[in-house]
Amino acid sequence: MERIDTDVAIIGAGGAGLRAALALAEADPSLRIALISKVYPMRSHTCAAEGGAAGVIKADDSFDLHFDDTVGGGDWLSDQDCVEYFVREAPKELLQLEHWGCPWNREADGSVAVRPFGGMKKQRTWFAADKSGFHILHTLFQTTLQFPSITRFDEYYALDLLSDDGRCQGLTAMEMRSGLIKHFNAKAVIIAGGGAGRIFPFTTNGAIKTGDGMAMAYRAGVPLKDMEFVQYHPTGLPNTGSLLTEACRGEGGVLVNKNGRRYLQDYGMGPETPLGKPQLKTMELGPRDRVSQAYYHELQKGNTVTTQWGECVLMDMRHLGEKVINERLPLVRELAISYLGVDIVTDAVPIRPVVHYMMGGISTNMQAATPLPGLFAAGECACVSLNGANRLGSNSLVELLVFGKSAAMSAIAHLKTLPAANTAALQARAEESQARIRELFSRTDGTESMSGLRKEMMDTMEKNVGIYRTEAGLQEAVSKISELRQRYRKVVLNDKSNVFNTDLFQVLELGCMLDCAEALTVGALARKESRGAHQRLDFVERDDQAYLRHSMVYYQGLAAPRLDYQDVVITKSPPGVRDYSGGHK
Amino acid sequence: MSDRLVHLDVLRYNPETDTEPHFQRYEVTCREEWVVLDALNAIKESIDPTLNYRWSCHMAVCGSCGMMINGEPKLSCHAFLRNYDGVIRVEPLANFPIERDLVTVADDFIDKLKRVKPYLIPKQDKSIAEGEYKQTPAQLMKYRQFSMCINCMLCYAACPEYALSPLFLGPAAITLAHRYNQDSRDGGRNERQEVIASDEGVWQCSFVGACSEVCPKAVDPAGALQQVKVASTLDWFKEHLLPGGKP
Repeated sequence: MERIDTDVAIIGAGGAGLRAALALAEADPSLRIALISKVYPMRSHTCAAEGGAAGVIKADDSFDLHFDDTVGGGDWLSDQDCVEYFVREAPKELLQLEHWGCPWNREADGSVAVRPFGGMKKQRTWFAADKSGFHILHTLFQTTLQFPSITRFDEYYALDLLSDDGRCQGLTAMEMRSGLIKHFNAKAVIIAGGGAGRIFPFTTNGAIKTGDGMAMAYRAGVPLKDMEFVQYHPTGLPNTGSLLTEACRGEGGVLVNKNGRRYLQDYGMGPETPLGKPQLKTMELGPRDRVSQAYYHELQKGNTVTTQWGECVLMDMRHLGEKVINERLPLVRELAISYLGVDIVTDAVPIRPVVHYMMGGISTNMQAATPLPGLFAAGECACVSLNGANRLGSNSLVELLVFGKSAAMSAIAHLKTLPAANTAALQARAEESQARIRELFSRTDGTESMSGLRKEMMDTMEKNVGIYRTEAGLQEAVSKISELRQRYRKVVLNDKSNVFNTDLFQVLELGCMLDCAEALTVGALARKESRGAHQRLDFVERDDQAYLRHSMVYYQGLAAPRLDYQDVVITKSPPGVRDYSGGHK
Repeated sequence: MSDRLVHLDVLRYNPETDTEPHFQRYEVTCREEWVVLDALNAIKESIDPTLNYRWSCHMAVCGSCGMMINGEPKLSCHAFLRNYDGVIRVEPLANFPIERDLVTVADDFIDKLKRVKPYLIPKQDKSIAEGEYKQTPAQLMKYRQFSMCINCMLCYAACPEYALSPLFLGPAAITLAHRYNQDSRDGGRNERQEVIASDEGVWQCSFVGACSEVCPKAVDPAGALQQVKVASTLDWFKEHLLPGGKP
């Protein structure tokens, strides 16, 4: 097996991975950096983020206000020391992107423009039309091209972390065009592999979002934290699930039911605000969890609109006018026209909530370090406990930057303390990893189809682990996912080729998704309260006495995972009431 | 919502077993509103798991799923079945070697992107503490269109010059260089000019405009290349004909 020696290996080349690579390259040009991704960097799902990135920049705003919005938005499950650090670093990171050429929208005087966003008390969301993630990703990618110390391994599928002597020292990855497995011998590893939205059938997430990075860390003994918190974005296209950014509402779009009523006022987010005059942190600018939950209740009441794509509510942006829409929401217009045949300039667009983001992930501290020495994580795959039980829109693009950089800095500190590696032991681990893949190719007793298992997983998650959950449904999900993990051992690999074998990658991705789904369902079943994006019909109140803590799920092979809890860090904001009523009682 | 039986002829090639590419016919039930990518996904899921292609976002922004559809370069996630009758022919992007089935080898394009130095080379150094570089909306509009390229490589598949001369830097790479040249914060034009005004650069372009026709994001690379040519010509005149120009 070919061995590639490097100082830091980064798995994933989206926003967080690229930011980490840049921080490493700038801090020490002598470091060898291996940037490993199953897709070319610009294909990473960061490109699909639309609305923008939050950072305090205007005179009427403050770090405290951004802190309060984030902590309240997260229903007090955020670690507050982490949030304090984040809000201070956010503007610096966004300015750094500006200095790297990101085409942020501007005010007339040439300063950076900001827009309103859900759950934010002030306008602080920097944006590049409605293609903010796309521009951030491409700016970062293009900037990396000037650093010779960053070696990219594009279209390498990462397989297993390699640990010895109690610390992570590399990984195995398959070169997709040859099928060859390589041993990356790294002094530190940063996982920036993105979320796992694809465990659900209806999601904004691209095909690549299969939780590979999460599963790698989980199998290596690192707990997955707060996995039960899954964000539904309130406004997805009902057929493809494509995202229509929250900026639609930030710019003044409104949500109406079949009677033309702006129903959010019936769910604690009223009173109704005048059309075309959105007010911060109320009505359509409420947080995503609340707005998605309101949809569920409208559905129960029979207030939704029946369309050929199922039940929907309507998002109306007609009053914004063609000029504003073209200037600020061009992608939204394009998406709705091409995939739904609806022009938002002339018609209200049917939408419904769609799985969008995992608040949970690989457990890290504020320095982006996991409990396994030498292993760091950042971005959606990580849970640094910034977002708590519900992420505010436009915090995640900044999270990529702030904690991508933190991961790099922590990795550098780790490099300075290392004893010599036991190369033979690591090579043995790499051989074991290769054997796992060989077994798939040589398996003769396979009985299960990959697409069949995948469908059963998605159906179970959709039916039982959605916006509202119950004990019985979650019990069913836990036992079903456990059963699917057993059956997965008999999955059939149909394609035995070595060259760009997507059948193989889908089989491996399914294994990762099943492990993530297990952690998610186990965490959800045990959390007998309603908080943020985790809503239980049988435990409707938040229970700070019992559950103001992070769930930590530990991998136990094929046995049921072990569940533990970790305290939430509270520095200055005791748990309170989330108020999105615009100050009216 | 009506269903429709769709026939696709898909180019297959496995370098381990095939001496040359061949077409395979698939028959798959599709919804009328689907795109070609949905049809391929239905084939892979229920008919032939050995079919290979790249895709991810399904919203025309990640740039993964470019292929030739009835001979035209398209994003398959944005090629609507309603626009096609009869058998739909699906092939890998033209002008790139085939890696397997609909997957092409993209190394040449990736290498060309890097050569044009597509990153900000600041005109003026400024620390983060000093805040942002000011840029008016008008200055932003000067390059914004050229910053919309998703690197999908459709323009390379359409470009007759790239087909003839693989050394040509090509539409997307030159457009990206132009995007930075036009940015009010940038001072790197001279460095980039060495590459884009070279023999492999902008003068290879015969201004057929096929790149702009196939661009799914209306970036208009042909327009960008034309602007680069005009600017490079002015450079030449300044250098050679004006008093005080460099020898």
